Amino acid sequence: MIVDLELRLHALMRRAQAGEAAAWRELLTELYERLGVYFGRRLGPAHAADLEDLVQETLLAIHRRRVTYDASQPFTAWAYAIARYKLIDFWRRNRIRGTVPLEAVEGTLWEEPDLSAEARLDLEKALAVLPARQQKLVRDVKIEGLSLAEAGARAGISEGAAKVALHRAMMALAAKAGAHEG
Amino acid sequence: MKAEDLIESLAADLVPAPPAAVSRRLAGVAAAGAVVALALVLAWLGLRADLAQAMGGIMFWMKAGYAVLLGGAGFWCAERLARPAGSARGGLVLALATLGLLAALAAFRMSQAPREVWMPMWLGASWTQCPVRILALSLPTLALTLVVMRRLAPTRLRLAGAAAGLFAGGVAATAYGLHCPETAALFVVTWYTLGVALSAALGALLGPWALRWR
Repeated sequence: MIVDLELRLHALMRRAQAGEAAAWRELLTELYERLGVYFGRRLGPAHAADLEDLVQETLLAIHRRRVTYDASQPFTAWAYAIARYKLIDFWRRNRIRGTVPLEAVEGTLWEEPDLSAEARLDLEKALAVLPARQQKLVRDVKIEGLSLAEAGARAGISEGAAKVALHRAMMALAAKAGAHEG
Repeated sequence: MKAEDLIESLAADLVPAPPAAVSRRLAGVAAAGAVVALALVLAWLGLRADLAQAMGGIMFWMKAGYAVLLGGAGFWCAERLARPAGSARGGLVLALATLGLLAALAAFRMSQAPREVWMPMWLGASWTQCPVRILALSLPTLALTLVVMRRLAPTRLRLAGAAAGLFAGGVAATAYGLHCPETAALFVVTWYTLGVALSAALGALLGPWALRWR
């Protein structure tokens, strides 16, 4: 779950900001894997040769610019923004595209690695049973990685109300999935 | 390089992050930019002749307060936009509230004055010079801000450039107030704002080129 992920990575980042090398090593290792999946999917086979360089360059940028992380903000959003910036920069530098279409960078660093296009379609289908407001909430929190407070602010409701609504949505999804399987 | 080796060397290179590193660097820019702008005012334009007397009046401080608040709003925006995924909403609200407040004061002063003096209030004696001079005074601060921000991690370069320009414009307008003898709120809200807006526009223009990092 992205919420647990945020808590875990945020804690690692705080320890790293305090100078703890082991936490930084662990965080960079996890980012290395996630960046590989994120870039790999977007570069495609045509640029597979550039993948490793791009991932390492991004790790280096994250290392060198780590003072720009503000511990009061979500770590996942910070790291993803750097990854996205590096990807767009890669396209521009290589003049592969004059303009970068949004779908080339959309999605996030935090989608589960095994979420295939098919699984994603299933997810869309499953979400379709929910009312529009709940769909948006699930997307904002579970897929985009916003905090409950942020997603609530987007929907114009309090953090507590967002938590309750999200819980209901997840229960409805679980019930639906159960009905399919059973 | 192998990934494990890279990660190992980065972990070995880790030092504790200094607290508030971003705002401290930008505060350094503010101090240096203000000194340069002040030196330019002294060497190029000269202080207004009645400075000591003017400092006893409310309009001098209103003007200074307006410029400082705009610069502060720019500082806030720049501090946020120097970071990946940073939002400039707070600083923008401050800038617009400041502008709205002075516009309201200008409207009130107009309503108290006969129509014949509206034009002289608006244009003063220096409306052709004011915006261009503020823009010129903002250039050192703008350049310095862009250099410092580039070493941080802005990801929305045009917006970050505009924030740098707003910040530099505020610093410049504050210094220019020591030279400029205009006293009408209507003058300040038009021509000072235009000068600061020009600086922000220049920042937005330069941002994508000057702030690009690898």
